[in-house]
Amino acid sequence: MRALTYHGAHDVRVDTVPDPEIVNPRDAILEITSTAICGSDLHLYDGVIPGLMGGDILGHEFMGRVVETGPGSTLKKGQRVVVPFTISCGQCFHCLKQQFSACDNSNPAEKQDLTEPLFGHALSGLFGFSHLAGGYPGGQAEYVRVPYSDVGPIVIPEGMEDDEVLFLSDILPTGWMAAENAEIEPGDTVAVWGAGPVGLFAVQSARIMGAERVIAIDHHPRRLELARQMGAEVIDYSRTHVLEALREMTGGIGPDAVIDAVGMESHGFAPDSILDSAKQTVGLGADAPHALRMAIMACRKGGRVSMPGVYGGFADKFPLGALMQKGLQLRTGQTHVQKYTHDLLRRIQEGQIDTTFLISHRLSLEDAPTGYRNFKDKQDEWTKVVLKPGMAAAA
Amino acid sequence: MSRTITYPRSRTGASGALGLVALAAAGLYLGYKGSRRSEPAPAVYIDDAPRRTARGARDSRRARGQAVVGRSVTINKTPREVYDFWRDFGNLARFMENIEAVSTVGEVTSWTVAAPLGRSVTILSRVTEDRPGEVIAWASTAQSDIETRGRVRFREAPGGRGTHVEAVIAYTPPGGAIGRLAAGLFQLAPEVQARRDLKRLKALMETGEIPTNSNRKAA
Ligand SMILES: NC(=O)c1ccc[n+]([C@@H]2O[C@H](COP(=O)([O-])OP(=O)(O)OC[C@H]3O[C@@H](n4cnc5c(N)ncnc54)[C@H](O)[C@@H]3O)[C@@H](O)[C@H]2O)c1
Ligand SMILES: [Zn+2]
Ligand SMILES: [Zn+2]
Repeated sequence: MRALTYHGAHDVRVDTVPDPEIVNPRDAILEITSTAICGSDLHLYDGVIPGLMGGDILGHEFMGRVVETGPGSTLKKGQRVVVPFTISCGQCFHCLKQQFSACDNSNPAEKQDLTEPLFGHALSGLFGFSHLAGGYPGGQAEYVRVPYSDVGPIVIPEGMEDDEVLFLSDILPTGWMAAENAEIEPGDTVAVWGAGPVGLFAVQSARIMGAERVIAIDHHPRRLELARQMGAEVIDYSRTHVLEALREMTGGIGPDAVIDAVGMESHGFAPDSILDSAKQTVGLGADAPHALRMAIMACRKGGRVSMPGVYGGFADKFPLGALMQKGLQLRTGQTHVQKYTHDLLRRIQEGQIDTTFLISHRLSLEDAPTGYRNFKDKQDEWTKVVLKPGMAAAA
Repeated sequence: MSRTITYPRSRTGASGALGLVALAAAGLYLGYKGSRRSEPAPAVYIDDAPRRTARGARDSRRARGQAVVGRSVTINKTPREVYDFWRDFGNLARFMENIEAVSTVGEVTSWTVAAPLGRSVTILSRVTEDRPGEVIAWASTAQSDIETRGRVRFREAPGGRGTHVEAVIAYTPPGGAIGRLAAGLFQLAPEVQARRDLKRLKALMETGEIPTNSNRKAA
């Protein structure tokens, strides 16, 4: 089959690789119909996440048609399913508590050697990510092997388009959980750093959960315009002092909750972020939490910090004093996707949530490297790329 | 009555390191009651932590050429279920990375353990303590290629979380040709091997399968 594989930082290619087959009883094989490029893929593309190997197949936001099932699968051939990017067994302590992204069994034991010293515990398995998360072949491919296919995949009713439901795999539940972690109360003002796909879904979710005001912060005009369409006020950090603006826009109180939907590669020209990216370039395992620092500084006393943005290492100049002295609460994590998919599918069906507004480009799988380059370098225009393995390549 | 069962090599087997059962050698069995003579008990117990986690414990054993590996895992099954699975020794080949075959004749179980360069080592063991749902201990026999002792305890975990399984295995690297062969088995730190094996046991018991990122069945 054809698949998008990693060859090194900023070097991804579409190669011919062996087709997947059923390996474990609960597996299923999908023929991919749609698969997206995520902000998390950009961290991999930039080489700032450890544990990726040459030849790894990327992609963790995908859906397709079931073509083969193991004896333990509950799926049927021909069904259309969306697959959560978190691989979860459904039977361990964490899965039973619906902490699906903390699954204790999905990451092969021989892949856990590094994360225990690094994080204190092994991580769960994730599709198309680092070998720290299992090194599972991802879904930017013609076919994918889906472990525990009786637990993760959600069956999509006929009549719904791929583009309407694809984001149930990751970014929609991620934006939703980001808002849930912000514990929004009626009347709240919520500030969201990053108007990428995750930030935009966090804006939409925060509104649905009752936030009176949502303020989105980014510097890409088109992305900020989308945030406005979702009901947010916006701040362009390239023109405005964000902390002062937030203080003045909230009458000195500060946002009740803040959401960091930027993650480890936060850009900016403040001295702290220049130092951070210098450290990332020389590979010190340092995260660049510029947006997170600002979010914590902006948050009102006794407020809530929600952190869907991905981090992988250690942070310098983390405002621990502000966190403690203001009595803030911090919640984060890879998304417990399976916990949200059914509820969110219903909300899409009822027209409460719109997902298609986000997609700026649809490309063939063969054009995936172009998609990566532009999603990284032309973020303003390229808001979300969906790859269609069935589509002919651009000549 | 004697029974002989041979099981296929565990599918995940890739590394040549020793598994939990076979963290083997000239058998000094440390760290558990009844066998503490080689490690004098401190006069005052200062805390409730397992002795193997004491500061310096590993270094002082290493200095004496001994090793103990101990590791625990929580499995969402009853103590009796986990005990029964473990007590059927053939099952161990399903989750221990480097056990090639297990067979039991009468009271002696024979373990074939993969060694580097396509070789293997045979360990013969006898059960020394057996309390259903609570504990299984074993020791290698004099006819064994290398010696080892081990003990696995099954206790109900708090909060209805299943079973707290704790395995402790002692060994001293032996001398001679077999010793050199056995030393080659330790490609992984024994602690790492023990954790991997117990995590596989957990996955197998909780989910019915052992996870793998492999996209294809092993050839
Ligand atoms: N927790 C999860 O399970 C999960 C799931 C998916 C994605 N993520 C993470 O969420 C983050 C966002 O994902 P995405 O797909 O939206 O990525 P993206 O790269 O498309 O968007 C990030 C946005 O942040 C903006 N930005 C950068 N620096 C900023 C700053 N200092 N202040 C304000 N905005 C800034 C960028 O301009 C960009 O628009 C990433 O870290 C991604 O890895 C987490
Ligand atoms: Zn993603
Ligand atoms: Zn699980």
